[in-house]
Amino acid sequence: MDMRRRQFLVSSAVIVGGVLLGTTMADLIAPAEGESFDGSPDGRFPNIVLHGHDGGAYRFYDDLIRDKIVLINMFFTGCGDICPLSTQHLVQAQEMLGDRVGRDIFMYSITLNPELDTEPVIRDYAETYGVGPGWLFLRASRDDTELLRRALGFVDPDPALDADLETHIGVVKFGNDAIGRWGACPSFADAEEIVAGVRTLDPIKRT
Amino acid sequence: MVRHDIESQRERARLNRMEIIDAKLSRREMMKYGLLTAGGALVAKSGLSIRAASAGGAVTSPATTPFIEPMRVLTPHSGSRLQDDLDHCTATVSDDPKEAARAAHQLWKGNEPQVVYNFTQKPRLYRPHPKLAEQNIWTFRDFNKDTESPLTMIHARYGEPSMVYSHNELPANHKGYGNPMVTTHLHNAHNASESDGNPTDYFGPGSYKTFHYPNMYAGGDEREALGFLWFHDHCMDYTSQNVYRGLVGTYLLFDRYDSGNEEDTDSKAIRLPSGKYDVPLVIENKVYDKNGVAYFDLFNLDGIIGDKFLVNGNVQPYFEVDRRRYRFRLLNTGPSRFYQFKFSNGMKFWQVSNDGNLLPFPIERDSVSMSVAERMDIVVDFSGVTDNIVYLVNVLEHKDGTGPTGKILSTGVGDKILQFRLGAKVTDNSRVLTKTTELRRLPDINMSEVKKERNWTFNRRNGAWVVNGELFNRNVVNARCQKNTAEIWNITNASGGWSHPIHMHYEEFQILSRNGVPIKDGDPEKSRKDVIWLHPNETVKIFVRFRDFTGKYPLHCHNVVHEDHAMMARYDVVDDASS
Repeated sequence: MDMRRRQFLVSSAVIVGGVLLGTTMADLIAPAEGESFDGSPDGRFPNIVLHGHDGGAYRFYDDLIRDKIVLINMFFTGCGDICPLSTQHLVQAQEMLGDRVGRDIFMYSITLNPELDTEPVIRDYAETYGVGPGWLFLRASRDDTELLRRALGFVDPDPALDADLETHIGVVKFGNDAIGRWGACPSFADAEEIVAGVRTLDPIKRT
Repeated sequence: MVRHDIESQRERARLNRMEIIDAKLSRREMMKYGLLTAGGALVAKSGLSIRAASAGGAVTSPATTPFIEPMRVLTPHSGSRLQDDLDHCTATVSDDPKEAARAAHQLWKGNEPQVVYNFTQKPRLYRPHPKLAEQNIWTFRDFNKDTESPLTMIHARYGEPSMVYSHNELPANHKGYGNPMVTTHLHNAHNASESDGNPTDYFGPGSYKTFHYPNMYAGGDEREALGFLWFHDHCMDYTSQNVYRGLVGTYLLFDRYDSGNEEDTDSKAIRLPSGKYDVPLVIENKVYDKNGVAYFDLFNLDGIIGDKFLVNGNVQPYFEVDRRRYRFRLLNTGPSRFYQFKFSNGMKFWQVSNDGNLLPFPIERDSVSMSVAERMDIVVDFSGVTDNIVYLVNVLEHKDGTGPTGKILSTGVGDKILQFRLGAKVTDNSRVLTKTTELRRLPDINMSEVKKERNWTFNRRNGAWVVNGELFNRNVVNARCQKNTAEIWNITNASGGWSHPIHMHYEEFQILSRNGVPIKDGDPEKSRKDVIWLHPNETVKIFVRFRDFTGKYPLHCHNVVHEDHAMMARYDVVDDASS
């Protein structure tokens, strides 16, 4: 890992330090190492703590990403633009993926507005949309959210658009940590396109 | 924020959601009712506290001493003409379980293959520079690492149809960026849909697919001859990654006029520099990690801008040239960088093609600009050059995936891409070009053939790419174009400050105007194109015909990172009326 990223992570870890009992500072500073693949990102995922709509606390890499097939998008409950549509389409995608969701595929929606989107609010949101098991709505501190948002590339190069919640990035990243394969598509794409993307993450079995 | 604002926001958001869910509105309906427009006082504008926007870009390549290795040349792949191999080719899919499904090859009769090529796509070890690691790259075939470029080349001829067996021997359990699902697209070829390498027609390791390249003039019109094409993997969502891994090749197409023989005695032959003086220069842009391995930022949505420049597979090589004329075929494979090329000594040269298609007449230039996937053939004359060293230099500043900054650097400051070491003066029987040398006339633009005018507006919505307000869905046909008709397309960039290289598969087109200003005779864009450098807020009007084949084709951004985030639409060529 290069120095720039390490320093960035250290400075952010100060903010989250001590949130989770039993978590040492070293755990929090260390980015997720995962298996290193040729030319793939190294230490990409900050191991920040997030709280789910189920009341659980999760470390981003260790508990949510490692060895899993995942879909990740960012949202906020007050979004009247693309989030309702994205969530609807992701619900359809979840239905199409069937019982694999919660078994080897996991879905995460991380709020961009953690102050407003408290645990009861995101729980209500998940219930409203009929979200099934295997899909967590998550919140982290504002600074950790920002760290994660940048690590995931959910950033608009135009600072004005980037600063405006209404124009937040409506993309869902899909990935398989075990093989280091990641792709993305619009989070409000038709569910069949989202599912087609997720299906590219399975290691290919020879027939 | 005061408390009641928060409460009312929450309530409004909840009501909104309930309404939308109750109504079960589709995307199309939501667009129609304006529910998808930004606005509505649902959210405070304050947003998040933002650090300066610069996602990714943290990786810098190790230092590499430039110009210490010779440039590898592309050598044409020798196909098979054995009758046994030709007899093996079939229009329909064979009963071999390893052959991937496809529609039967169209226009097979009369275009049966006369040459057969085998591509074996798999990882091969290669060191792109002595200071970088020997690493696995993906290539279409084996090559001599000491002399040959890892990039494959085919020399094809009009009237000589060929068949490519594209074998996928990539590791099924591949880890890291790239997806071992492939679909080989021959860029700019006049090929049927089933042989086009459509992004959604990928096939997996352990199988193969046949691609039929009839090498026929579009509509039988020899003015439509294509000259410099390239092939690359086009797997949906992974094109940028797979191209970056190395699945790139060139395809040179010759005919009676552009015969590939500078000593051709046929009075109609153009006699451009040929043989070892006809040299593809494939320019790739990459970044390497601290271990010297090509690095791909999987979490960059905007575009990958590397700090290393490769020519034919090696970082900043040198090329020993004779003091005579050369035909250089420039190709920009991206993934995202645009260029403006000049020579360090400021010398002029002749541009003879645009997108690899010969111009009506050579155009004298001292620089050429290229967006991603564009090709330019230039004829350079080293015979009168007094310097012993000349560089090909990129002078266009390009910092991120939004597009070039527009700043033109001085040649002393620009990126030196390739070093030419000038040798002895030698015999040169290629044609001396002038402004009046006839290359290839343009096909007529006949507006009476136009049956439909369409608008394609590329836009950005919440970081996602939309075309005419629609997101890509492989099963949704965005346009049906009737075979044997022509259309006018207005291609508009409404995405803000972004530049996009827009590419349509299958049929080349002619640009009529940019922002309403007609393209004049003598302009390099008065030509046959398949990629448009679409500047911010620009509308480009094109004339395009649909001939010979039917089926699905994409129209997409060739900043392959944008493409992999679904900046794509689908058009079908159909027998029925257009819609």
